[in-house]
Amino acid sequence: MKKRSVTFNHNPLLAKGLPVWRPRVVLLALLFGSFALVARAAYLQGVNDEFLQAKGESRYARVIEIPATRGKITDRHGTVLAASTPVKSIWAIPGDAKPTPAEVRKLAGLLDMDVRDLNHRLARDSDFVYLKRQVPPEVAEQVANMKLAGVHDQREYRRYYPGAEVMSHLLGFTGVDDHGQEGVELAYDSQLNGKPGSRRVIKDRRGQIVEDVESIRTPQEGKDIALSIDAKIQYLAYTALQNAMETYRAKAGSVVVLDSRTGEVLAMVNAPTYNPNNRESLSGAQLRNRAVTDTFEPGSVLKPIIAAMALESGKFRFDTVIDTGNGRMALANSTISDTKPHGRLTVAEVIQKSSNVGVVRMAMTFKPEEMWQVYDDLGLGSSLQLGFPGEASGRLRPASTWRPIEQATMAYGYGVSSSLMQLARTYLAFARDGDLIPVTLTRSEVPQLTGRRVFSAQTVRETRAMMEMVTQEGGTAIHGRVPGYRVAGKTGTSHKLEGAKYTSKYIASFVGLAPVSDPRLVVAVMIDEPAGKQYYGGQVAGPIFSNVMAGALRALSVPPDAPITPMQVARSKEELAARGRM
Amino acid sequence: MEFRLHPVALIRAILRPIDPPLFLLLTVLLAAALVVMQSASPARMEAQLVNTGVALALMWVTARIPSARLLSLAMPLYVLGVVLLVGVALFGEISKGAQRWLDLGVVRIQPSELMKIAMPLMLAWFFQQREGAIGFGEFVLAGVLLAVPVALIVTQPDLGTSLLVAAAGLYVIFFAGLSWKLIVPLVLVAVVGLGSIVAFGDTLCQPGVDWQVLREYQKHRVCTLLDPTSDPLGKGFHIIQSTIAIGSGGMFGKGWMQGTQTHLSFIPERHTDFIFAVMAEEFGLIGALVLLAVLFMLLLRGLMIAAVAPTLGTRLLAGAITMIFFTYAFVNMGMVSGILPVVGVPLPFISYGGTALVTLCVGVGILMSIQRERALSQS
Repeated sequence: MKKRSVTFNHNPLLAKGLPVWRPRVVLLALLFGSFALVARAAYLQGVNDEFLQAKGESRYARVIEIPATRGKITDRHGTVLAASTPVKSIWAIPGDAKPTPAEVRKLAGLLDMDVRDLNHRLARDSDFVYLKRQVPPEVAEQVANMKLAGVHDQREYRRYYPGAEVMSHLLGFTGVDDHGQEGVELAYDSQLNGKPGSRRVIKDRRGQIVEDVESIRTPQEGKDIALSIDAKIQYLAYTALQNAMETYRAKAGSVVVLDSRTGEVLAMVNAPTYNPNNRESLSGAQLRNRAVTDTFEPGSVLKPIIAAMALESGKFRFDTVIDTGNGRMALANSTISDTKPHGRLTVAEVIQKSSNVGVVRMAMTFKPEEMWQVYDDLGLGSSLQLGFPGEASGRLRPASTWRPIEQATMAYGYGVSSSLMQLARTYLAFARDGDLIPVTLTRSEVPQLTGRRVFSAQTVRETRAMMEMVTQEGGTAIHGRVPGYRVAGKTGTSHKLEGAKYTSKYIASFVGLAPVSDPRLVVAVMIDEPAGKQYYGGQVAGPIFSNVMAGALRALSVPPDAPITPMQVARSKEELAARGRM
Repeated sequence: MEFRLHPVALIRAILRPIDPPLFLLLTVLLAAALVVMQSASPARMEAQLVNTGVALALMWVTARIPSARLLSLAMPLYVLGVVLLVGVALFGEISKGAQRWLDLGVVRIQPSELMKIAMPLMLAWFFQQREGAIGFGEFVLAGVLLAVPVALIVTQPDLGTSLLVAAAGLYVIFFAGLSWKLIVPLVLVAVVGLGSIVAFGDTLCQPGVDWQVLREYQKHRVCTLLDPTSDPLGKGFHIIQSTIAIGSGGMFGKGWMQGTQTHLSFIPERHTDFIFAVMAEEFGLIGALVLLAVLFMLLLRGLMIAAVAPTLGTRLLAGAITMIFFTYAFVNMGMVSGILPVVGVPLPFISYGGTALVTLCVGVGILMSIQRERALSQS
């Protein structure tokens, strides 16, 4: 090139006009400039290119996390109880966002925000600001359709609980990091929670993903969990409990429904409760899953166990007569008393009338170890192992420490404590043929045929018959009856222990099963501190039991074993009317 | 002429003012501009096509005007330019912190752009008038003619354009034979000045140091060049992003429409001043060298035309216009690749922008006009 450019130096015209050196200087400058540019380009593109390519890549290539969807929780029929719904969070780069006042008004309307608040956020001196978190996808789409510069959205998940208050204690909830914090959400967190995946993507200067490069790891979606819960029965139990809470102005309460064939928990409700979808103001009392975390002295509910032991030992029969005298019995400087004197009672009548003296007379024929063994076999004092946080195991002291008076009180349910779920579990033995199976919160595909045998089938049948009398004329829980079905159960009315003293506050309870001819369900009810005049288990917990049991049996289409006669209908109407007056 | 074989007289008439080598090189550049524009900013393709058409038409019109007539237009154009610049200073529109535009009701014009042509034209005409009697006084007068519009443009403020206008005038003065005794000290002062800025950059770039002559934003640009990483999100952003783009093009580039820095909008002003970065990223070192080679050949052709120009005025004019092209290209590519500070100078014939393209093509037209004169005088 240089050679060609020299040609004009020999041009005679040029020789006259321009001094010889000038074009050469110009040409030199030109060559020097060009060389500088070529050198720079070669340096950038030939020598330093890998470094600069890496720098470039670091500006647009990003590894982003793909959240895994948390598994659904369903009831036994597949009704969704907890699900993660995709939502979007709307955010903005205030520097890029220059909406007109009209656009701001429209956006504020879509996001249900105050125009001033929105303007305030958009004026913030930052590169990133949330305008509104967790908006429904439809709203996010409308916002996206406005095509506002500098306004973006990002995908998130929000856990939603369609059952709200009805399922709250059972399901619990998840925290901001999408991990379970209470209830089933916590107990089954490792299964529900998937493993997030990651992808390599290309983002432009504004952080928008423009290209999906490759998947590094696909997200593993969380597993769905089918609970043993029957949403219908759960709702039934919830309604019955809520009504009772109002009627008796009680402090708290719980209801548990078990399927005695499988040990499955069909319902578990507590009051007071809360809405897991809106947890802005929560108190500890609302959060308590009392049915499994709170223990109390069950009182008379334990009496059928002693009766069954007595029958099983052969020392007593169904109709063996026990003299309860004037309802007072002296034992080691203490007196055991009944609410009223019953005189001579058969074993069956002891249960029906709930005589403390009668039960103690039977219990004292056993060694403490024998009694402890049966209580322990029935699961008192040992955890349910449902996986719930704060699950209580109750208290059952070793037999070697029992003094005679303690053995006596434990026979009618004082000095031993248990949760309502544990009580329901002990009654599984009466609802089955004397064997005990573990309770479970997840749906069991195969019914558990036999469990650990505690009593013989014959003993259990006879005990059931005694417990059936409890709900009949002369029993303590005639309100626990269910039209069309034979029902067996036992009431409990225990004084609450505060510090080391028994107070005049009560816990009213009722645990029962039905139908007696072929038991299918165990329902346990506990009402803490009923504030009205009525506090007896039969009066307070009995009607709730009756409601829940009747509804559950119908929901499960359990065939009635006590056909309703017109007489009964008339009487039950009378009873209903009487109950209404109370 | 090789086009004589054409049978149609009309085509011959159209082609007559065209200089084939210049036109060929120009076509390559304009075609490259369209290709790169499609990648950098497809939305501007239509406008760029219109601009190209208008610019080529004006080039043809200019090329048809005899160079003597062009030179006779020097005085009126120059006076008009100065008047308009004064008008801008008094009534100009302020946009982006600078007063550069004049709204004439019908069109908005940037009079400083007119000066890029009027200035070398004026000085070339001036020296031609004084041919044979060019002494010290003439250079002083030429200096004044140069200083007035440059001063007006600097105060707008528009450093890039004033630099180009000043360069255009200085090239004419240089070619007219300004004494080396004057040139050498000037160059020395410039070298020492720039050298000291580089050497003492750290101290000078401290906030609060007032550079007197340059404005704060200009000081920033110089300082940013010295150390782009000192302000990577602000003033250094342009240079860092463009060097990354150029470098990541590598030897063969990422391919047309494939430039990540370009398409992810990391490159600032990618359709105007920084279009070289787009080109270098997508076509690599090979692409950049081809562009440089084509530009270099265009400059050589311009210098050849200057060398054989028939009169002193046309010689000066052709030389100055050619060197202006060089200045455009060198300053722009130097800025984009990070060896010169960021001044608003587009890449000649490639960058988007109608006014600049028209100015450049009119320059090419002037070169063609001078070349045709030469060809005619030879024949």
